[in-house]
Amino acid sequence: MIPELGHFALILALLLSVAQSVFGLGGAARGNAAWLAAASSAVVGQFVFVAIAFGALTWAFVERDFSVLYVATNSHSELPLFFRIAAVWGAHEGSLLLWSLCLAGWTLAVTAASRSLEAPFRGRVLGILGIVSIGFQLFMLATSNPFARLIPAAPEGLDLNPLLQDFALAVHPPILYLGYVGFSVAFAFACATLIEGRLDAAWARWTRPWTLAAWSFLTIGIALGSWWAYYELGWGGWWFWDPVENASFMPWLAGTALIHCLAVTEKRGLFKSWTLLLSVAAFSLSLLGTFLVRSGVLISVHAFATDPARGAFILAFLAVVIGGALLLYAWRAPRLASSAAFEPTSRESFLLLNNAFLVAALSLILLGTLYPLFMDALELGKVTVGAPWFNLMFLVPMLPLVALLGVGMHAAWKRGMLGSMKARLWTAAACAIAGAILIGAAAYADLRPMTTIGFALALWVMLSSLLIPLARLRARQTLPAAVIGMVIAHFGVGLTTLGITGVQSFKVEKDFALAVGEAASIGGYEFRFAALRDARGPNFTGVEAEFTVSRAGEEIAVLRPQKRLYNSGGNPMTEAGIEVGPARDLFAALGDDLGQGRWSVRLQFKPLIRYIWLGAILIALGGAIAAVDRRYRLRAPAHAVGAVAPSAP
Amino acid sequence: MKLPLRFLVPALAFAVLVGFFVVGLSRDPGQIPSPLIGKPAPAFALESLGDPAWKVGSADFSGRPWLLNIWGSWCVGCRQEHDALMAIAGQGRVPMMGLNLWDDRARALRWLADLGNPYVSVAFDPEGRTAIDWGVYGAPETFLVDSAGRIVKKHIGPITLDIWEREFLPLLPVPEGGP
Amino acid sequence: MTPRRKRLLAVLAIVAGVGAAAALAMLAFRDNLLYFYNPTQILAGDAPTGRTFRIGGMVTEGSVQRTPGSLEIRFVVTDYRSSIPVRYEGLLPDLFREGQGVVAHGRLGASGEFVADEVLAKHDENYMPPEVAESLHTPTPTRVSE
Repeated sequence: MIPELGHFALILALLLSVAQSVFGLGGAARGNAAWLAAASSAVVGQFVFVAIAFGALTWAFVERDFSVLYVATNSHSELPLFFRIAAVWGAHEGSLLLWSLCLAGWTLAVTAASRSLEAPFRGRVLGILGIVSIGFQLFMLATSNPFARLIPAAPEGLDLNPLLQDFALAVHPPILYLGYVGFSVAFAFACATLIEGRLDAAWARWTRPWTLAAWSFLTIGIALGSWWAYYELGWGGWWFWDPVENASFMPWLAGTALIHCLAVTEKRGLFKSWTLLLSVAAFSLSLLGTFLVRSGVLISVHAFATDPARGAFILAFLAVVIGGALLLYAWRAPRLASSAAFEPTSRESFLLLNNAFLVAALSLILLGTLYPLFMDALELGKVTVGAPWFNLMFLVPMLPLVALLGVGMHAAWKRGMLGSMKARLWTAAACAIAGAILIGAAAYADLRPMTTIGFALALWVMLSSLLIPLARLRARQTLPAAVIGMVIAHFGVGLTTLGITGVQSFKVEKDFALAVGEAASIGGYEFRFAALRDARGPNFTGVEAEFTVSRAGEEIAVLRPQKRLYNSGGNPMTEAGIEVGPARDLFAALGDDLGQGRWSVRLQFKPLIRYIWLGAILIALGGAIAAVDRRYRLRAPAHAVGAVAPSAP
Repeated sequence: MKLPLRFLVPALAFAVLVGFFVVGLSRDPGQIPSPLIGKPAPAFALESLGDPAWKVGSADFSGRPWLLNIWGSWCVGCRQEHDALMAIAGQGRVPMMGLNLWDDRARALRWLADLGNPYVSVAFDPEGRTAIDWGVYGAPETFLVDSAGRIVKKHIGPITLDIWEREFLPLLPVPEGGP
Repeated sequence: MTPRRKRLLAVLAIVAGVGAAAALAMLAFRDNLLYFYNPTQILAGDAPTGRTFRIGGMVTEGSVQRTPGSLEIRFVVTDYRSSIPVRYEGLLPDLFREGQGVVAHGRLGASGEFVADEVLAKHDENYMPPEVAESLHTPTPTRVSE
């Protein structure tokens, strides 16, 4: 009964999405205020029904309703409640419903928070968001119905993939989707602007907080995925340049470029057509990512089990939405040429460089991700592009970006005279270089050029960021949220750079065959295999090893890696034992019983790795703080190109 | 209205990209659940492999779950999975029908005589018309149809007892009258 | 400098930058493109001998052999037409099992044995590398009969 209600609610949601699009776009085109009001109502209705559908599916999982095919293939009677709920988005059909819910949520938020926008513009924004909603809901109803029944009901489910039975991975998709999907708002604002042929830059101010918010979510989502891979999956790896990872990273890079050039467009009215293109590109990359992950065109160990037939549907949807937006851009953007002068050392200049480097990195990653597809399509063989290529291609634009970041933050608009900051910046640079050499020599007794450069850049950005609040407070200037956010976010970038440099330069990973009582050493730490015992959990059994770690004879940690076998059957799962410290992680993973009393173990020393994710958290925090700056709260509507018919009483 | 060409570049680049995706999709026959999952199994009535006068079809098992295994004497993986199929048939949990695809009648019958016949009945589909309805790209493929006549599982490639136990058995009703 | 000259300089800088990046990218590609081969292709001599590549197939049942007490492991990868022995030293991913699909990364040794430096972890028990699935599943012939 309830699954059928959910199915029905989804159908109603689709109808309301159609209404939203028709009334939104149509109402704006005809200047019909009643239609425009109806579009807003449709948004609320759509959200309610998508939420009902989502609730129905969640209920089916919680109640272990194995007569629903999707529940039977992704759940199990012994699955704990938390994971029964997380299983809702554990596979293709349910994750699409999550996508739709996130989109409906963002659309509702935009509707509620933008009452002071002129009605036709708002109508167009809602109309475009409606078109995207139609795509996803139609996709589900036509090819990927989460409510399909299994008759007779299975006596037991196939269980949620044990890899997904983990807190971080359970919350990773909702946060990631809130990010991905949130870029649709910038997309809709851009398309609405293009349709109206607006010449002013007010839309940039309206778009910025939404983009910042979505970008912050995406930052956390990506960081969660990386952190999860580290402790659960990659045997200590934290980024693999796997196509599915790239699918979320590329929108992030575009989003980063976007929030920066929105600043220029908002403040100085420059780069309007570029900003519009980037707004379209960020969401297009989100959609592209969805396509890549679900269509099977790319070789990835990560992808959802999917289907070329479904891939064809998404591709058609992509072609319509992105193609349409790009054609719209080609038609309208030429009008928007802006010309205002700015000096080479002005803020505009630095932000231009920022965009150039980010787009270069983005293009290279896109090339590397799609290259196997090109090769396969041209029948030139089945290839994958190795991680070293991506590492190099990403590093090359990022080094100058991070270096210039430290200066660009202080550059003034238009004229760009750094003035009194120059001396302080030189001091900061000197301290950074000295600090880098110090860390390398003292902490790691190793002074490699790339490592020193990495540490220097990290310290440089961190110090330079801190100079801003110091300078402002000294000059008794205010510290608005936007500036605080910027400082925190850029400081986070420095921290992440510090972490990456540390880990990549000094990590040690080695496999050993050890028996109980034996020990092995890496990175100055001795790992002693102290004991092996049975392990038991709510839905698994297994073994647990105990490792005592000492340094210079003094015991500092106990690690307890496990090897689990879930009751629902299947392959064994490894749970690593990790000891977290302020400057490093110690990592032990249990392999297999090798016979003769020995077990294979992987031991790792990971210096500074936590700062990668700590930095990411700060970046997201900075974005969130900047998003709530008072100047973004909408006030009186700006003048529009077209007039609006007076609203009916 | 003058349209500077450079503004069309993004749209054109995207069109090229879509072109590659279309090629990519069509070249990848896929190895995963079909859109038919959850939908009614396409009806068919074909000649039996052994006796052209006898018809077998999707209506033979209505009201019970059943398996459809796509095979051919030309198919390498079919040979591989044959032992597993015999074992599955031996368990007697679910009747299995074979769909003999793109094959020569005599050769197929000889194949069954040599290796053993796990099927309750075999439908003869020499031109693959029924197979196309079922979204079949090749062989071997195995479908599980529930008692309401809906496709609930599809496996592409040779089936093994392990896959049978982990992926198919849980979807079957508990046998009546105890274990 | 006139605005026009500035713009020209900017354009030139961008073109130079893009050119350099493209050249760097193409150069780096050569060493980092990993080709995939199934056992039949390897036995036919299609795979390169000096370079790293990827091999994929099913782990033949009963073929996994460990040197007791050591990290060394041997197994056979097959596509049901041909088989290649593989040698690997280290921890195997959780989802490695006999009778399941596997992808390994390494080189072909002189003795015809594939020496793996990485055996790829999968994220789904039911995952079969697409290239492997294609080898096991014979597509329908396009002609009516032979």
